[in-house]
Amino acid sequence: MRAKVEVFLKPGVLDVQGKAVEQALHGLGWGGVADVRVGKTIEFDLASADPAAAEAEVKAMCEKLLANTVIEGYRVELA
Amino acid sequence: MTKAAVLVFPGSNCDRDCKVAIERSTGAAVEMVWHAETALPAGLDLIVLPGGFSYGDYLRCGAMAALSPVMTEVKAAAERGVAVVGICNGFQMLTESHLLPGALLRNERLKYVCKPVTLDVVNAQTRFTAGYGAQRQAVMTVGNGEGNFFADEATLDRIEGEGQVVFRYIDNPNGSARDIAGIVNARGNVLGLMPHPDRSFEADLGSADGAILFQSALASA
Repeated sequence: MRAKVEVFLKPGVLDVQGKAVEQALHGLGWGGVADVRVGKTIEFDLASADPAAAEAEVKAMCEKLLANTVIEGYRVELA
Repeated sequence: MTKAAVLVFPGSNCDRDCKVAIERSTGAAVEMVWHAETALPAGLDLIVLPGGFSYGDYLRCGAMAALSPVMTEVKAAAERGVAVVGICNGFQMLTESHLLPGALLRNERLKYVCKPVTLDVVNAQTRFTAGYGAQRQAVMTVGNGEGNFFADEATLDRIEGEGQVVFRYIDNPNGSARDIAGIVNARGNVLGLMPHPDRSFEADLGSADGAILFQSALASA
């Protein structure tokens, strides 16, 4: 099973990287761009074949290491 | 003789500075402890988590260091009341390991900031700051790209109300919430700060104010 984890700063937490990208896009003429958020994607293979167990496992990984839940939220996809 | 340990993580680069700073400013014996150790030396009065780029700052600054084997021992020592100081990357490790509240975000203006800063000693009643006494300000050097202290409003109100905010920037270099440069835990034995007392412990370095922090931490041992 392949796990895909997306980690983003929570709404309300200043994303300075997103702000910089937004300004660059505006500078290139895409004036309609707003609220850019830069996150990261982490993908990995998982030995577990049981989707429910795999999801619980990946969520535990997010809570323990992959995300800092003080400032970040995460989304898990399994395929 | 008082005894301190400086932890060494892969990518730490202020570990030697911390050792020299503590030795010269306090005369304490300082042991270097590798992050993979599962025991700390006996009889420690102070544990220092140094600055640097542990694990290349990958994922999040301090995130992987916070899960190092030695950190289990640091948490146990903190629970016993041993003084723990995290400087810069060490501060990031302390928030990542939840020994301190909040988190350190990318600097507001995206720039790495390296310069001397003047700090307001907000709370001179802690075991780390007692030596500042009537001295209301201290000068230390900052060097960080992710030193922008963040916590939600309720947490900020709480730590301010409990006297846990120890240092504030006079001229905020990185966007930190409420100009916070350093905080202690509720019990008062764990301090995290972004400025480097280890780069400001002798007049020749531009300021000797950092020495007072190490002296205070070990005077109460």
